[in-house]
Amino acid sequence: MNMLSEAAVEKALDKKMNEVAYKMIGKDVSVYYGEKRALFDVNLNVRENTVTALIGPSGCGKSTFLRTLNRMNDTIEGCRVTGKITLDTDDIYDKEIDVVELRARVGMVFQKPNPFPKSIYENIAYGPRIHGLARGKAEMDAIVEASLQRAGLWAEVKDRLHEGGTGLSGGQQQRLCIARAVAVSPEVILMDEPCSALDPIATAKVEELIHELRANYTIVIVTHSMQQAARVSQRTAMFHLGQLVEENDTDKMFTNPDDQRTQDYIMGRFG
Amino acid sequence: MTDVVSSPAGVLARPARRDIGIKRRYAAERRFRAYGIAALSFGLLFLALLLWSVVSKGYTAFQQTMITVPVEFSEQIIDKDNERATDPQKLMTANYPVVARNALAKVLGVAENDRAGLRAVNQMISDAVRGQLRDMVTANPQIIGTTQTVSLLAAGDIDSAFKGQIDLNVSENNRKVSDQQVGWMNQLAEAGALGKHFNTGIFVNGNSSRPEAAGVGVALIGSFYMMLIVLVLSLPIGVAASIYLEEFAPKNKFTDLIEVNINNLAAVPSIVYGLLGLAVFINFMNLPRSASLVGGLVLTLMTLPTIIIATRAALKAVPPSIRAAALGLGASKMQTIFHHVLPLAMPGILTGTIIGLAHALGETAPLLLIGMVAFVANYPTTPMDPSTALPVQIYMWANEAERAFVERTSGAIIILLLFLIVMNVGAILLRRRFERRW
Repeated sequence: MNMLSEAAVEKALDKKMNEVAYKMIGKDVSVYYGEKRALFDVNLNVRENTVTALIGPSGCGKSTFLRTLNRMNDTIEGCRVTGKITLDTDDIYDKEIDVVELRARVGMVFQKPNPFPKSIYENIAYGPRIHGLARGKAEMDAIVEASLQRAGLWAEVKDRLHEGGTGLSGGQQQRLCIARAVAVSPEVILMDEPCSALDPIATAKVEELIHELRANYTIVIVTHSMQQAARVSQRTAMFHLGQLVEENDTDKMFTNPDDQRTQDYIMGRFG
Repeated sequence: MTDVVSSPAGVLARPARRDIGIKRRYAAERRFRAYGIAALSFGLLFLALLLWSVVSKGYTAFQQTMITVPVEFSEQIIDKDNERATDPQKLMTANYPVVARNALAKVLGVAENDRAGLRAVNQMISDAVRGQLRDMVTANPQIIGTTQTVSLLAAGDIDSAFKGQIDLNVSENNRKVSDQQVGWMNQLAEAGALGKHFNTGIFVNGNSSRPEAAGVGVALIGSFYMMLIVLVLSLPIGVAASIYLEEFAPKNKFTDLIEVNINNLAAVPSIVYGLLGLAVFINFMNLPRSASLVGGLVLTLMTLPTIIIATRAALKAVPPSIRAAALGLGASKMQTIFHHVLPLAMPGILTGTIIGLAHALGETAPLLLIGMVAFVANYPTTPMDPSTALPVQIYMWANEAERAFVERTSGAIIILLLFLIVMNVGAILLRRRFERRW
């Protein structure tokens, strides 16, 4: 297992935190679904090797914002994005940027576990194969093993790699999906309520996994659970009615937020 | 503190249950089930009637009465002047029916100068023996002058009489077999010379005006070519069109119009497709009439809407989460569709295709208009040659007058039904094979 010790993770994070390196920068991001405007000039920066949680009541635009980060909104008919989002220095909505390339760099994990109806091995190997990451079977085997290790699933499935991925339990399926996203070596992983379909034990495992992954990846997670945001993230952004209300360190957000609306939402007064 | 439990004042008075018609509800449910069972039984009854009627009339078509007699290949009749070495036409045009007639007359003891008797004997043998004996002689001219035991096709009327399909109690003048012929038939049957054999002819022979020699061989080949053409053309075109419409085409007024038109085309009467094929393929493109190529093209046009509708439904049924998963991994739209969506939609596509094909296999009306209702006795070698199709053959035989064609019509229907059953079983097996859980 290449799990890093807790202390090592914290140390690496502290070093990064002091420099404040931004992995993705969103400037005046607005999203329209046809005539309807879903996001209003959101300015939100995503810090490198940090877990950023997006919270807010249903329909506030947090998932919409998440999906602008790897242009998954492109697949929705009538969806239009304005403003500017950069990944490192590249404008991801530039015509020069290939969306296939972008999604290899910015991976995604969905709300409902959605493994392909293929074997566990094929689920992991598919991404590296279409992006040409492995030469030969030995390299592919290595990628599959490493990805499953990272997702903490290797021990559970190593004897049945060629059985169907849909035969796993819900929590295992979601970790398989995380392993699948990790397999293409992305820089950023987007997670859209990854635990909402899981039981508490599976949720705990996924949260632990997110905690470990942040040493190597920048993670943006949408969650409905305030506790989860508090547990897994270092930065939290609060959305309301398509606007970014507040973005702050998670500790500050949950103890002493700057905005009254954040306070109200966290206290459970609306949403 | 037992009084709390026993005191009537402490217990909340339960409101009396209102009558909400539970009995009526259950009665309605029982009634609905009874309607369903009645409808189902009604349908099954008619299916059973249809099958019983077809099978009871048609199973005899798979047996054919044959007369096995020693045939003397007399040189006197076949090649009187011994010209066969110089004139190859001699063996082709020889009077073989007389050879067969004489053989049977000899067995029955009819004198050579009894003209009426010989005519009656001749009527017992099918005219198809001409070809049968000619083929034997041309294949092996050495048999001229020898005597061989040959199974000759009995005439259609004798075949019907022997199978008990002709009522022998009516007056002799009102039936096609005479008492004398019936007597000979029974005599031969007792001697073991006349009997029923498996009728391979119905599968391999071309059409014939003599029922005993008629078969669906040409129709089978014609239908096979047409199915091949329909499959090769309509599956790729239909699937490609559906993928484009479902996955790539923008959703606007124009694509809505196309969708409405495809749904309408699926409901257009098939004879209209026949007219279209006549106008476009035969009159405009000058393709040959009665050819299975044209039939295949027309049936392709007819099958396409069915396949497109089935394929689009199958593509729509693939869960969006699978698309999202593939796109999220950085698969392009093409990769997403061909690696993930299409394999999952495959069972639905194949089912739709085979149902479309089965529909096309049984289609008659458009084929009548493009000339496939022709009398074709020779095997088509290519799809450009004239041929006919199974349902058209059934239609043509149903119009024939002879008693023996009745059983052959039903026999051909049984063959067609068997093909349809095989195709539908194939559809079910393919669906099982490709079906996956997600």
